[in-house]
Amino acid sequence: MALISNGRFVEDAWRRLADEEALPKAGKVIVSLPRLQHALEVVGPEAALGVIVPNTTEPSALIEASPRLELVSISFPAFSDGRGFSLARLLRRAGFKGELRASGRLVADQYSHAVGCGFDTIEIPDDLAERQNEEQWRAALNVYAMSYQRGYSGRGSILEARRSAARS
Amino acid sequence: MAQFKHPQILIASNLTDGEVVFLGPSGWERDHRRARVAQNAEEAAALEASGKRDISANRVVDVYLADVEIGGDGAPTPMHYRERMRVKGPSVRLDLGKQAAASGGAP
Amino acid sequence: MTAIDLRAAQRPNAPTTTYRYDDYDAAFVRERVAEFREQVRRRLSGALTEEEFRPFRLMNGLYLQLHAYMLRVAIPYGTLTARQMRRLADIADKWDKGYGHFTTRQNLQYNWPKLVDTPDILEALADVEMHAIQTSGNCIRNVTADHFAGVAPDEIEDPRPTAEFLRQWSSLHPEFSFLPRKFKIAVTGAEHDRAAILVHDIGLRIVRNAEGEIGYQVVVGGGLGRSPFVGKVVGDFVPRHYLLAFLEAILRVYNRFGRRDNKYKARIKILVHEKGIDEIRAAVEAEFAAMDRSVFAHDPDEFERIAAYFAPPPYETLPPTSDVLRAAKLDAPAFANFVDVNVSAHKIPGYAIVTVSLKPIGGVPGDATSDQMRVLADASERFGFGELRVSHEQNIILPHVKQDDLFALWRLLDAAGLATANAGLVSDIISCPGMDYCSLATARSIPIAQAISKRFSDMSRQRRIGKLGIKISGCINACGHHHVGAIGILGLEKKGQESYQITLGGDPTFSASIGEILGPGVTAEQTPDVIEHLVDFYLAERVEGETFIDTWRRIGHARFKDVLRREGEDGADI
Repeated sequence: MALISNGRFVEDAWRRLADEEALPKAGKVIVSLPRLQHALEVVGPEAALGVIVPNTTEPSALIEASPRLELVSISFPAFSDGRGFSLARLLRRAGFKGELRASGRLVADQYSHAVGCGFDTIEIPDDLAERQNEEQWRAALNVYAMSYQRGYSGRGSILEARRSAARS
Repeated sequence: MAQFKHPQILIASNLTDGEVVFLGPSGWERDHRRARVAQNAEEAAALEASGKRDISANRVVDVYLADVEIGGDGAPTPMHYRERMRVKGPSVRLDLGKQAAASGGAP
Repeated sequence: MTAIDLRAAQRPNAPTTTYRYDDYDAAFVRERVAEFREQVRRRLSGALTEEEFRPFRLMNGLYLQLHAYMLRVAIPYGTLTARQMRRLADIADKWDKGYGHFTTRQNLQYNWPKLVDTPDILEALADVEMHAIQTSGNCIRNVTADHFAGVAPDEIEDPRPTAEFLRQWSSLHPEFSFLPRKFKIAVTGAEHDRAAILVHDIGLRIVRNAEGEIGYQVVVGGGLGRSPFVGKVVGDFVPRHYLLAFLEAILRVYNRFGRRDNKYKARIKILVHEKGIDEIRAAVEAEFAAMDRSVFAHDPDEFERIAAYFAPPPYETLPPTSDVLRAAKLDAPAFANFVDVNVSAHKIPGYAIVTVSLKPIGGVPGDATSDQMRVLADASERFGFGELRVSHEQNIILPHVKQDDLFALWRLLDAAGLATANAGLVSDIISCPGMDYCSLATARSIPIAQAISKRFSDMSRQRRIGKLGIKISGCINACGHHHVGAIGILGLEKKGQESYQITLGGDPTFSASIGEILGPGVTAEQTPDVIEHLVDFYLAERVEGETFIDTWRRIGHARFKDVLRREGEDGADI
C-alpha cells in the first residue's frame, strides 16, 4: 500500500491490525469496525487508535468513539463508488478532528474531491501507485485554483471570492 | 477441436481515433475483409489473447469476438446487424464511415 | 476551418441576453481543458486504464460509440449566442464531418471526433465560453430549462438564472461527482411545462406563494429509461433562500442510499419508488435540518449578478399586431403556414418566438450542417438580438423576432432548407441517434423517423392532424423520450431483427403520463403503416378541437388497440 498526504507519498505511521492479531499496548493501530468497541475498552492511552469502516457506516456509530479515535479510514470498494465522500462530510460535520483516510483504488483525478470532502490521506494499492506516481497526485491537487462550491474544504470558493470582490 | 457453426473475428475500437478495427494476420486492420477468421474455440482464444495484449498496450479498447459468415469471395461479414453497421457506417449517411471510403466517396 | 476573428464577430455593443463568464468562470473552464488534456495524455501513456479513464472522459462528454468517439457539448439551459453557434459550426468543419446533432437535453453532439483532438476542441469551445463538462457520467448533468425562458407570456420568472446558478454549483462538485447514476435537473418558471420537469431526477418549478414570495416546487424521482416514473413532490414550496441547501440534502440522501448493486436500479427514481416518497421526504428533511444551512443560504447579490445577464434585449415599442406580417401572409400562403405552425406568442407586443424545425421531411431529426448553423447564427443577429435556443424537441428557437421581420427571416431560412413548417406536428419527431451511431442501441431509430416523416409529407394533412408528438428511442434508455410521446416508439431486438414497440398516451407536461403499450412489436417496414392507421383512426374519432392525446384519453386505449388487432387479423400489411 502507498499513502498520499499533501501531494506526497509518505511513510504510514499507522499499522492495520488483522482481527486475529493481539491489541498492542502502544503504537498507532487501525482496527476493524466490529473490533472497535472492544479495542476502546482495553487499549490504554499509550496507544493511538484508528478504525477502518465500510462506506455504508452510519456516522452515529463512530460519534460516540470519536474523542478517542485518532483516525478513521473509509473503504472505497470501487473508485467510482462515491458514498465515502458523503460519509467523510458527515464525520467532519459531527466534529471528527482526527485523520480521515480514503482507502481503496482511488485515482489521482479524485484527489481534490477527497480533500474537498475532508479527507487528509489516501491509501492506494502498490500497483496503482506504480502507474500513478507522486507527480500525478501532486499535480492533481493544483489543477483548479478555486471551486464553485461553498462549505467544502481545500480550494477557495469562487462564490466567496466574488463576494469579497463586490465588497471591496 | 470442433469447428464453429459460425466463425468469429475480433473487433475493437482504435484508442486514439475511435475507429473500428479488426485483428488481421499482422496487427489491426481498418477493413474487416482483412480480419483473421477463427474457425474454432482455440483460434478464437488466440485472437482474444492478442486483443488483451493490445488492450494492455493501450492500442485498442472495447474488444470482442463477433460471429461472421464467409462470403463467396472468402471475406467475413458479421451476422448481427449491429456489427454489420460497424463495418459500414451509419445507414442514414452513406457518405460517412467506412462505406464512404469503400465506394470511393469522401475519405 | 475558415479563419474567423472572433473578437471582430463579437459586437461589443450588443446587449447581453445570456450569461457571460467572469474571470473565475473563464479560468475554471480553461483549467478543466488543461486537466482533460492531461487525462488524455495519461490515458495514452497507460497511467490511466480505460476503466479508470472512462468515468472521467464521460464527465467531459466523451463517449466511445459504434463508429468513433462522440463528444457531447453542453448548451446550458439551451441558450447560445450567434458567436457560439458559429464556433460550433467551425468545430464541425475542422474536427468533425461538417454537421452536429442537437439532442433532447438541449446539447450538441459531434459524431466523429478523435480522442487526440478533443482537448483542442474543448479549447476552441472555451474561447466562446462553452464546455462539455458533465454532459455525461454519474454526476449532475447539464441543467436544462424551458426553451421559451424569458419570452413566454405565461412565465412567473425566467428559469435561467436559477439554472445557471445550479450549473455552477454542480460543476465538479466534490461530493456529488460519483453518484450511483446520472442525475438530471430541469427548471421551468412558466405555467405550461415545456421542459418536461416531471420526468427528471429533480424538476424545479418556480412558484409564488400566498405572500407573493418566489420559491420552488421541488419534484423528485421522475425519469424515463427502463422503469419510467412521473416525479413526486418532495418540497411543495422551498423558498429561494433554502434551495441550494435543499438540493444538497436530496443529493446526499441519494449518494448514500441510492442503489449501487444494479445499474438499472440506481437512479433516484428507484430509490423513491422503493422507499416511498414519504420516507424520502423525511430523510431529506432530516438531512436539511442537520446541515449548516447558512453555508448554502441564498446570496441575493450573486443571484442578481447572474440574473442581470439575462436582461431583456432593447425591444422597440411596437403595436401588438403587424400590418407587414398580415400583408405578407396574404401574399405567400407557404409563409402563412409557417407563421401559423412555427411562430409562438411573445410577451412583448409586436414580437414573436420562432421555432426553426430541424426536422425536414425525410431528414435526420436534430441534425444541422455547419452551413445551416451559420445561417442560424446570421439570422439571429439580423433578426433576433444574436440569441438562439435549443429545445428538447431538437429544434432551434429564435426567441425575439419582430413580427415585421418574420417574412424576411422566413425567406432566409427557406433558402437554407430550414423553413419546414411542422413544429409540434406529426413529422416533428424526436429521435435519439439509435443504432446508426450509438453503442447502447438495440435498433435504429432515425430511419423510422424518416419513414414516418415521408409518409406524412403532405403538409396540409399534417396541419389537419394537428399537434402530435411522436418520440422514438433506439433502446430502453429512452433518450428519445418515447415513454412521453403521444405516440412512442421503442426499438428493440427480437430474434436477431429490429422490432418496434409502440406506446400511446405519453405526455411530458404538467399533466404527465407514461405511454401504454399498444401490442406486440412490429417490424421497421410495418411501423409507418401502423402509425398511419392510428392517426387515421384518431381523425375519424376526434371531436372538434381535440388533439390526438385528447381523443386517446377520451375514448381509451382499448379502442386504439383494436385498430392494431383488426388490421392484423385482416391480414392487411401488418
